Amino acid sequence: MRNWTFVSVLIVVAFATFFGTRLVGNSYAFFAGYVVLQYIVLATAWNILGGYTGYVNFGTAAFFALGAYSTVVLHKTVPELPLPLMIAVGGIVSGAVGIGTGYLTLRLRGTFFSIATLAMAVVMQTLVTNWSFVGGARGVYVIRPDESPIFDGDYIEYLFLVMLALSVIAVAVARAIEHSRLGYGFAAIRDDELAAEASGVPTLRLKLIATALSGGFMGMAGAPLPYYVTYLDPSSGFSLTYAVNTIAMPLIGGTSMWLGPVLGAVLLGTLQQAATVTISSALSLLIVGVLLVVFVIAAPKGIIGWFRR
Amino acid sequence: MDFPVDLLVNALVSGLLLGGFYAAVTIGVSISFGMLDIVNIAHPAFIILGSYIAYIANSVLGLDPILASILVLPGFYLLGMAIYHIYDVSFERRGDTSIRGLAFFFGLLFIAEVTLVLVFGVDYRLVEARYLGTTLHFGFIDLPMRLVVPFLVSIIMLVGLQLFMARTFIGRAIQAVAQDPLALRLMAANPSQIKRIAFGMSIATASIAGAILIIIQPVEPSIGREYIGRVFAICVMGGLGSFPGMLAAAVLLGVVESITSTFYGPSWSPAVAFGFLLLTLAVRPSGIFGRA
Repeated sequence: MRNWTFVSVLIVVAFATFFGTRLVGNSYAFFAGYVVLQYIVLATAWNILGGYTGYVNFGTAAFFALGAYSTVVLHKTVPELPLPLMIAVGGIVSGAVGIGTGYLTLRLRGTFFSIATLAMAVVMQTLVTNWSFVGGARGVYVIRPDESPIFDGDYIEYLFLVMLALSVIAVAVARAIEHSRLGYGFAAIRDDELAAEASGVPTLRLKLIATALSGGFMGMAGAPLPYYVTYLDPSSGFSLTYAVNTIAMPLIGGTSMWLGPVLGAVLLGTLQQAATVTISSALSLLIVGVLLVVFVIAAPKGIIGWFRR
Repeated sequence: MDFPVDLLVNALVSGLLLGGFYAAVTIGVSISFGMLDIVNIAHPAFIILGSYIAYIANSVLGLDPILASILVLPGFYLLGMAIYHIYDVSFERRGDTSIRGLAFFFGLLFIAEVTLVLVFGVDYRLVEARYLGTTLHFGFIDLPMRLVVPFLVSIIMLVGLQLFMARTFIGRAIQAVAQDPLALRLMAANPSQIKRIAFGMSIATASIAGAILIIIQPVEPSIGREYIGRVFAICVMGGLGSFPGMLAAAVLLGVVESITSTFYGPSWSPAVAFGFLLLTLAVRPSGIFGRA
């Protein structure tokens, strides 16, 4: 399928999702759906680096929270800025941090990059905790507007729509990468970095591009968060839950193509929403951890590996 | 302004003691990551598990936390062997240790943490023993037993393991296994089995590290995460797999952290370890004390 055909199909699916959710007639559907969509963006973003180039990022929470906190800063300084612009800023900030971390550590073995991302998450959390302008350890309240600015409806419907658009963009970009020169370069790095380097693939530059894209999308996914939760503190913004979920989703769905993270995010995200409502949120996290371990041991190619030979 | 010399000296001394304790926390990773090349990021979770076992033994049975940790040492050793077995069969033999191996340990970390939260809740737990409340004084230098006992236990463990690695056949085989498995086979040692023993030992150290952790500070399930960065920072700075280098790096980090929290406030100290780690990785990835 050509890229533009694919994008049109995605947009149709997105609109069907939006109007389908409206038909439910309960704003909880939007609150729950927002989280699932957010995970589609995060999982797809993680997979651009993790699945395509083979570099494991444990610092999802840091990129995500950076996006969220850049929105907090913008909300306090220029509150009239429309949300899509705030998302763009969040994406740029996180993407830049991705390049910085990547530049420092991507020349080393892959495990060092992984450990460094874990470290970066704690450094960022400490900085935000000690920065009183964004609320410090006490956290910060962000007032959510009542009405959607572009159509007649609740603001949460607007947030849902924005996240829907973001997931369409993320998925379209991920798919476009797969069949481009960039994607083949990424795959070469994943399969044998030394051989790729020797054959003239600019590995460092490609890895930096992947990190910037991946981090940028994570930041964009986090940017609307303050308006969604209305109260943000460092320990919830930087929660390890985001990191484990974004790793679990692509690995459960399958890392080799764009559909894997989407499948994983929809399945795991929905399962968690259901488990959180019916049982408890701690237990729903346990389910994620157990599923992650079971899948990496028993089904190394993920769900899509069951269908593709 | 008058420079607070006594404050500085006390910060140095407690940093030194803290560093000794960090060495006990790191030694397991020094074995698994440094010698076996297994990125066990779940190690701190096993340490917290050790803390909770020490806590139960102490609060229910009234046992000394360190004695309790020595009693459960074989259990941790078997747990480590079992985990390595799963890791070996699922990842090493398939030659797929990078993404999935890392995710495996990340999942274990998460499972351990959430299970502890479900069983014990998120309250801080601590242990009691008669010697823990006392403090020795030398002039203006304070030596709280709460830090001295962990320091001594840690040093004993470190010296014991160093001797084991240097003097015994299995110890030397462990040091050799990541370098040249084939040569090891020619010495009639099975690399897989040697690694299993070594990984069992690395998890066993978590039992003792856990007990001294809960002596030093109250423990709740998620504090293990703070130690991930410290542990790997120390391990990398010390030059992977070298115990003396690791001890030096641990003491260095302990001192810097202690000075940071004395003069700038404890909320900054988590960033110190990670700052160190990022700096080491960027400037000298073979470690400050490692061979280039």
